[in-house]
Amino acid sequence: MPALVAGIHAFLLSGQDVDGRDKPGHDEAGTTGARMTYIAKPKFHHPGLKKNELGYTHRDYEGKISTLCAGCGHDSITASIIEACYELSIEPHLVAKISGIGCSSKTPDYFLGNSHGFNSVHGRMPSVLTGANLANRDLIYLGVSGDGDSASIGFGQFAHSIRRGVNMTYIVENNGVYGLTKGQFSATADRGSKSKKGVTNTDNPIDLVAIALQLGATFVARSFSGDKTQLVPLIAAAIGHKGASFIDVISPCIAFNNHAGSTKSFDYVREHNDAVNRLDVLVGRDPIAVDYAPGTVQVVEQHDGSRIALRKIDADYDPHDRLGAMTFLQKHAAKGQIVTGLLYVDPDAEDMHEHLNTVETPLNSLEADSLCPGSAVLDKFNASLR
Amino acid sequence: MSDKKPISSVNDFVVRFANVNGSGSASANEMFARAILRHGVPVSPRNIFPSNIQGLPTWYEVRVTEAGHLGARGGVDMMVAMNPQTWDKDVAGIEPGGYLFYDSTKPMPSTKFRDDITVIGVPLTAITNSTYTDPRQRQLFKNIIYLGSLSALLDMDPKLIEQLIGEQYKGKEKLLSSNVHALHLGRDWALQNLKCPIGLRVKKSDKVGDRIFIEGNSAAALGAVYGGATVCAWYPITPSSSVAEAFTAHCKKYRHDPETGKAKYAIVQGEDELASIGIVIGASWNGARAFTATSGPGISLMTEFIGLSYFAEIPAVIMNIQRAGPSTGMPTRTQQCDIIACAYASHGDTKHVLLFPEDPAEAFEFAAAAFDLAERLQTTIFLMLDLDIGMNHRLCRPLKWDDARQYDRGKIMTAEMLEEGRDFGRYLDVDGDGIPYRTYPGTHPTKGSYFTRGTSRDRYARYSEEGTVYADNMQRLVRKFETAQDLVPRPLQANAERPTKYGVIYFGSTSPAMDEAIGLLEARGHQLDRLRIRAFPFHSSVASFLAEHDFVYVVEQNRDSQLRQLIVNENGIDPVRLVPIVHYDGTPITARFIAKAIGDHQDHLKVTPLRKAVS
Repeated sequence: MPALVAGIHAFLLSGQDVDGRDKPGHDEAGTTGARMTYIAKPKFHHPGLKKNELGYTHRDYEGKISTLCAGCGHDSITASIIEACYELSIEPHLVAKISGIGCSSKTPDYFLGNSHGFNSVHGRMPSVLTGANLANRDLIYLGVSGDGDSASIGFGQFAHSIRRGVNMTYIVENNGVYGLTKGQFSATADRGSKSKKGVTNTDNPIDLVAIALQLGATFVARSFSGDKTQLVPLIAAAIGHKGASFIDVISPCIAFNNHAGSTKSFDYVREHNDAVNRLDVLVGRDPIAVDYAPGTVQVVEQHDGSRIALRKIDADYDPHDRLGAMTFLQKHAAKGQIVTGLLYVDPDAEDMHEHLNTVETPLNSLEADSLCPGSAVLDKFNASLR
Repeated sequence: MSDKKPISSVNDFVVRFANVNGSGSASANEMFARAILRHGVPVSPRNIFPSNIQGLPTWYEVRVTEAGHLGARGGVDMMVAMNPQTWDKDVAGIEPGGYLFYDSTKPMPSTKFRDDITVIGVPLTAITNSTYTDPRQRQLFKNIIYLGSLSALLDMDPKLIEQLIGEQYKGKEKLLSSNVHALHLGRDWALQNLKCPIGLRVKKSDKVGDRIFIEGNSAAALGAVYGGATVCAWYPITPSSSVAEAFTAHCKKYRHDPETGKAKYAIVQGEDELASIGIVIGASWNGARAFTATSGPGISLMTEFIGLSYFAEIPAVIMNIQRAGPSTGMPTRTQQCDIIACAYASHGDTKHVLLFPEDPAEAFEFAAAAFDLAERLQTTIFLMLDLDIGMNHRLCRPLKWDDARQYDRGKIMTAEMLEEGRDFGRYLDVDGDGIPYRTYPGTHPTKGSYFTRGTSRDRYARYSEEGTVYADNMQRLVRKFETAQDLVPRPLQANAERPTKYGVIYFGSTSPAMDEAIGLLEARGHQLDRLRIRAFPFHSSVASFLAEHDFVYVVEQNRDSQLRQLIVNENGIDPVRLVPIVHYDGTPITARFIAKAIGDHQDHLKVTPLRKAVS
């Protein structure tokens, strides 16, 4: 009788059919049969679509089709990013999109399909973005993260990238839960809020906006994914800002955090939203429209030449007063209100490259002729060590 | 009083200084070593220091070696005992017939000495206190005073020391003259009160040649400057911090635009090692040459990112200045203990390129080469130094650079290539070497962008969880690693005079001790072929070497014989034929240790024929 022999199972590769492509080009296929692991968007579009200054339509700023849940707040943020980039007439390929891990961090695949994207390591988007920015100061850096990614595992990296004044737009898509792992509380969940399973959160929440203000972010805003008219200009203004821009966007999780007892649900946020201002981003030198009541508009000049017109809602709120903003936030948070709007901006901010005094030319384009001191210098160096 | 003849030796002895950390002795001790070099006599100094800033014992050992043996020797011929805390142990450590130099201001009971050594007392504190009033000056000049006394006892040329003082305090006349004054206070006291010179003497020679005296960390940092590194992110950890500090100093000197004064580099002290490697990977992804320097605990923290670098194929250079682990281990002691941790760092199936420089000159060359390799192979390259090479001054050949050398930026798909209609698949193996093309962000408005992720994807960088697609990619990564074999520095072989079936494999800082041990073993009648491994993956010549010998000793500085494990694992050979020779107490390996371990084993192998034994 043959004995049982432990088998060594060889997995033979056919070497075929692994391209994942039907046609050349990276954007079109991959949707056939059982092998579908992502969804590409059809290329055709309406010929009458509006074009921006560069001649691009909205479609040129889109990415792949979202694989998030239908109705996810994050998809509205994706749409707002597309809208803001379109409005600003940004060359899509001059944007680098960097994220961590989580539902929010998947979204860079769903906008700016002609940009390079980097879905990196959980909680480590800020360091990857910092490095990328050091390598090439000429690109626009869009960091997308979530509340788990930035307030828990990546809290340190969030803090330190803000401290360093990295020139970036850092967006946290904040839903108070871990969506991809099915609904655990995150560190931004309010104390006393209830999970979908009925558990009450007993830990104190982290307010990323308050922390960003304390750490010296030079552009700080909060918005709501359900309020695109507020969010789109905030993103546009943040992109135009030179320095560390931080936007906390409350973005309800339709699957795990949109029930009664949650403080991050659509209904709760709508009821408790306390906007301090509304803004318009003005590109170019056109005179500011005068349909605002006198004393209610504040104009902020940005480094890139754009201007922000801030329409005050709360007459006493001053977005140039960091300390005032911090106090205002604390007072309103104690009342259960969610303060939104442009909370702080320093239009004269310096960025990390200014702190480091780096050359204007992107470091990634320097070659041996400019980086290597050469053999003559080395001979002298050797001589000094004898 | 001595019942053993005092040691008599010219240009071949070991002096050890026992000091208190933070007493300012380091610069005087280093000057002692440099002064001997100026006599044309090679030295090999080593710092033995605690994880402490002030108060704990520290030693500085200088091996004076006309023959040029730069490994640690073991044993002490002269102890300069300046630390009462360690007195007993220091006195006990002197070789019979050796010398004890001490501060005789306060009388010591005779039980504190030994009969078989020569005791030399100089009232250092008394001399210092009668000359200086400021307490800090008293402390600092005491070191120069003992240097002066030693110069008389060892018959050194004081002019050469004065010259060194002159170079060190150039432009600071007051400091210069006060140091020279202190030197002569000590020297004159010794000449007037002691029998000078003693049996140990320094005699002018010509054995140093054009060699330079440099720490491995400084050389590696300069290699990064020459290799075109523009981004350095790091987190302080002994013994690697001086890499980043040296990189900063070299960049300040060599990397500022002469017109604008602006920096052609960026150095960020990260909040931890995770951020440091994240910054390196972000910068490399975006086309800059970037590196970090760390040690064992830092490597542990970086491993998640190292896996990303392997799988998403992003260049990175990590300089690992190894120290004794595990955990905090012995943070100021040397070992070669991260071989396995680095070769297979991270979760999942990973393999990484390791480079093993033997000294500062190779640290410079390999550091520069690491950036070419990282960009060519689009993966992490480890430069494996250790505390012994990194934090000690080592005499080595001068650093060299070929001005015609251009950087190998690897396979980069440019806007022009994309315009020509070249098919761009980020993970497409177009050349059969496992290495795909990459594009830098911002290359082209409509072509060549892709989404980088640590998740499985197809050859065109599109997300995929298909088994065949994943396996196809993993197979290509194996091909790429095979390609690396022929790109990394090859092993160097040196054969014994007579054919032998015994070989020895070694690497890194073991080099000088191994070279010296070969002579000791030959004297015992043992012939050994040598192979110095300089990189992982192993070149095919490693397998050939193993095939050509019955037994091969693998000499390394860790407990578990990690390089041996790697050789067995990667070459699939019978482990019995690889004999581990391990040294892991945190001190640098010595020729004496290697020669004894291998020699005893060899003697054991020489089986006496049965007939002869019974007759």
